[in-house]
Amino acid sequence: MKRFAFSPARFWAVVIKEFIQMRRDRVTFGMMVGIPMLQLVLFGFAINMNPKNLPTAVLAADQGVFSRTLVWAMRNSGYFAVTRVVSSEEEIRSLLRLGQVQFVVHIPEDFSRRLLRGEQPALLLEADATDPSATSYALSALSSLVANAFDRDLKGPLRRLQAGPAPVELRIHRHYNPEIVTQYNVVSGLLGVVLTMTMVIITALAITRERERGTMENLLSTPVRPGEVMIGKLIPYILVGYVQAGLILLAAWALFRVPMLGSVPLLLGVMLAFIGANLAMGITFSTLAHNQLQAVQMAFFYFLPNILLSGFMFPFRGMPDWAQVIGEILPLTHFLRIVRGILLKGNGLAEILPELWPILLFIGVMLSLGIKRYRRTLD
Amino acid sequence: MNDGLAIDVEGVTKRFGGRTVVNNLAMRVRRGEIYGFLGPNGSGKTTFLRMLCGLLRPDAGRGSCLGYDIRSQSAEIKQRVGYMTQRFSFYEDLSLEENLDFVARLYAMPDRRQAVARSLESLGLVGRRRQLAGQLSGGWKQRLALAACLIHQPDLLLLDEPTAGVDPKARRDFWEEIHRLAAQGLTFLITTHYMDEAERCHSLGYIAYGNLLARGTVEEVIQGAGLTTWEVSGGGLWELAESLRGLPGIEQVVAFGSTLHVSGRDAARLQSSLEPWRKGPFRWRAVDSSLEDVFISLMDAARDNFQQG
Ligand SMILES: Nc1ncnc2c1ncn2[C@@H]1O[C@H](COP(=O)(O)OP(=O)(O)O)[C@@H](O)[C@H]1O
Ligand SMILES: [Mg+2]
Repeated sequence: MKRFAFSPARFWAVVIKEFIQMRRDRVTFGMMVGIPMLQLVLFGFAINMNPKNLPTAVLAADQGVFSRTLVWAMRNSGYFAVTRVVSSEEEIRSLLRLGQVQFVVHIPEDFSRRLLRGEQPALLLEADATDPSATSYALSALSSLVANAFDRDLKGPLRRLQAGPAPVELRIHRHYNPEIVTQYNVVSGLLGVVLTMTMVIITALAITRERERGTMENLLSTPVRPGEVMIGKLIPYILVGYVQAGLILLAAWALFRVPMLGSVPLLLGVMLAFIGANLAMGITFSTLAHNQLQAVQMAFFYFLPNILLSGFMFPFRGMPDWAQVIGEILPLTHFLRIVRGILLKGNGLAEILPELWPILLFIGVMLSLGIKRYRRTLD
Repeated sequence: MNDGLAIDVEGVTKRFGGRTVVNNLAMRVRRGEIYGFLGPNGSGKTTFLRMLCGLLRPDAGRGSCLGYDIRSQSAEIKQRVGYMTQRFSFYEDLSLEENLDFVARLYAMPDRRQAVARSLESLGLVGRRRQLAGQLSGGWKQRLALAACLIHQPDLLLLDEPTAGVDPKARRDFWEEIHRLAAQGLTFLITTHYMDEAERCHSLGYIAYGNLLARGTVEEVIQGAGLTTWEVSGGGLWELAESLRGLPGIEQVVAFGSTLHVSGRDAARLQSSLEPWRKGPFRWRAVDSSLEDVFISLMDAARDNFQQG
């Protein structure tokens, strides 16, 4: 009977063997340390649920002292960074659609004069509310700000204006998502996230599997060229990507009633570039990984910053500069802006071009890296 | 064309990170010949085959394979060569037929369907054509691999340990097939560790630590080694072997069933070292050295050189 009892010696043999194998697999070992560190840094330092310094444009038809006070107070609140002074309505529309500003403040004519008369002039704030979480703190800060901003200017006989109702009437226009439906933002973002996750993993596995199973050697002894293998492998996955995208768009439309203001064919066209970027990344991983487990780990390592720094989960403008720089490199960041731009803002090709070329650049860099590595592994 | 040589290379050298794995190797294989390529594990056989079919670029060397330059015409060579890898390298999740069809497409065969059918037929795989390759036993996998290498009707086959892990009957059938194909004009370069297979080859080459140490027909290789071998039988052979090892002139003492083979290249010194045991309970008989005796002797000599140098 004793033979069947739990043997510490046998159990210890397994423990030792596992440790040796763990140490030999450098990539896995690195990931075990790297992934928690990455999470710590991203969650700890990069994520900020309370974004500040949001780019704001000012259209001031009044140059009076109260206008200046207002702009100064908004700046001082920390939430608004006045980056533009604009003079026309078209300029405002274009800035908002391109996502170059989050807010536009309209200071009407006679603002100062009417304020002095106690007429509660209207102060119009237009907000890009595609991502409701990016603007909510700033908007509530603004409400309390306008109530007291003018106190210092309202001295002496004007003091009575302080006591009365708010000196200005704040009107807020939330563009692109007026009902503040978080799903609009999340569901359209999910399109990019799902594509990133599956495309990178599948392609990273596809070539690593050939190598791990030894079928690569056979393939290379035939007349087939590396380019033919790569492109041949990618086509089926591009199709898979489109099927996924189709399903998500269908669900977005039927279940979540996400508005589709822009052209869906345009979106599907641009998607090719985004899928291409993910496949290029996957191929590069597959040339670096020695086995399928490593390929999956690398894909996961890539997935983390994508989720956290692209503006999918947390407002992009809430992140520190270094995190924004990393975010700008990732194709997902740009694709999210494109998807939201087309679906929620009704943007056309001209407006999404500034987000398209970084994706194309990413493809170029990754593909040349991948092909270079692929060539080298032949020898 | 090209003096009837399928392979004619010289000076072929490959280094991996400063370590020379194939060293200044020359090889000539006639068309229609079955050339056996032998040598211990890690001696560079696979590396050499990979260089022949363009999978690896030689660091030095020149020559031709089927009349094409090995350095500049690897695309042409790949069209005319079938390479069977050491490790099974077809898709286990594809059926036999799907695997063959895939290979036929890679070679852009004009009459693909017929080619696949023909190849299934000739290797007796028709009944199993829908079976997944991963479910096949070793012998059937090897047949599939051979069928796939032959599908584009190559002129030269490079087979890397094709019969490792295959049972004796299947091995014999395999060699029958090889000889039938060679009679039709195909050229074979086959690596193997089996002596009986080596004896079925028209020509042999023996490589150790990247150097080609012997070549020729079986007889030529045995003659060339100049080895004298004595066979001993009787009781207490194990103790005898222990006492003989290391004596001057005795290069190897190998157990062969219930006998012992004692060999050395210097016949006179071998004889004098054996003298004290000649009476005893043992029966001594001078025998022809076998191929195995010769290869073990070559390998030991190469290792000594390698370790000194
Ligand atoms: N791609 C490679 N990189 C580094 N070393 C290699 C590579 N391929 C083979 N080797 C080494 O070259 C030597 C010869 O290997 P190989 O040609 O496979 O020998 P064989 O087929 O005769 O057993 C071995 O020591 C092996 O470790
Ligand atoms: Mg080998």
